[in-house]
Amino acid sequence: MTPEDMDLLAALGRARAGLKVETDKHYVVESRLAPLARREGYPSIETLLAALRAKREERLIWAVVEALTVNETAFFRDRDTFAFLRDVAMPELSRRRKDGSVRIWSAACSTGQEIYSLAIAAEEARGLEPGVRFEFFASDLSERCLEKAQSGLYTQFEVQRGLPIRLLIKHFENQDETWAISPRIRQTVRWRRINLTSDLTGMGVFDLVMLRNVLPGLDPSVRAKVVESMAARLTEDGLLVLGETESLAGVTEALRPLPGRPGLFARDPAFRAAAA
Amino acid sequence: MKTCLVVDDSRVIRKVARRALEDIGFEIAEAADGMEALAWCRAAMPDAVLLDWNMPVMNGLEFLQRLRQEPGGDAPVVVFCTVENRVDNIRLALDTGADEYIMKPFDGEIIAAKFAEAGLL
Repeated sequence: MTPEDMDLLAALGRARAGLKVETDKHYVVESRLAPLARREGYPSIETLLAALRAKREERLIWAVVEALTVNETAFFRDRDTFAFLRDVAMPELSRRRKDGSVRIWSAACSTGQEIYSLAIAAEEARGLEPGVRFEFFASDLSERCLEKAQSGLYTQFEVQRGLPIRLLIKHFENQDETWAISPRIRQTVRWRRINLTSDLTGMGVFDLVMLRNVLPGLDPSVRAKVVESMAARLTEDGLLVLGETESLAGVTEALRPLPGRPGLFARDPAFRAAAA
Repeated sequence: MKTCLVVDDSRVIRKVARRALEDIGFEIAEAADGMEALAWCRAAMPDAVLLDWNMPVMNGLEFLQRLRQEPGGDAPVVVFCTVENRVDNIRLALDTGADEYIMKPFDGEIIAAKFAEAGLL
């Protein structure tokens, strides 16, 4: 690929989805676009990009932008975080929402492992208020990821990355080497294609929003906007969950880290004290 | 350094597993069947056992039953590593005393994830 190709991709990614595309990392971009070129019937990435320039076809532009996103995920990634959500945050939120519902959103759900991990964690949590309903929402920019996520079907490799064996045999069924999440859990999740840089006010509010490992892939100019947009979608005592190594220092003052809980952020000081 | 006994009748699998486990800090011993593994455990109980199911002389399930009856045999964390992926068999392995379960084929990432899940890392 030429420097002009990389500049085109960086501009498209930034303009359409706020993505940060590093123009010196040809190999990363090539590894993401090569499967798309094959699927679309182009003999090379260069011919794909030539078609992109010539046609300016929206469908192809979005397919390229989606291909530039990072979709790396696993079940129960950041085990300590999920243990905290299951043992502390979910019971606490259920006590606060007596007779209501706890709304949970995986905002960049990729292929679904994250939202299903949250749904399984809620199933496994103890001490939940019996009258409280847990509602799960999942969104992603990528239609392909959402399709796979909604299918609830995973390879044997995928289910062995992060999913303890007891949870696997309790919540999945297998046919040969394909594992399907139980229909009961799959049906608790509502799905939607969402661009996180767009207006999210129609989403309603959530008690727990997960946005793990998304911010590093965003252009610095849109990070604060996306985080503040997420913060605005949180209930007063809600939690934002990032990756355990992620920080909001210098990004926003809207949320504060939970002491001793890497990657967890809240706006309510009382929740922070309860979690400590 | 923690020790792991790798029990598999395939020399290739033992070699792959050894490399993956050494990468996460284990000292490795190897056995080609359950009987040989039992002799290893009687001599020096390992911290962990990575255990195949189908092997000649003594299979993994029988080894596990006998291991758990040995003095100190309840201590090692046992992770099955087998082509057996039927839920009934997985349940049987857990009921017999396995702590975690890997379905072949596997890679180093899966071994590390499962050993972490079993509290070994």
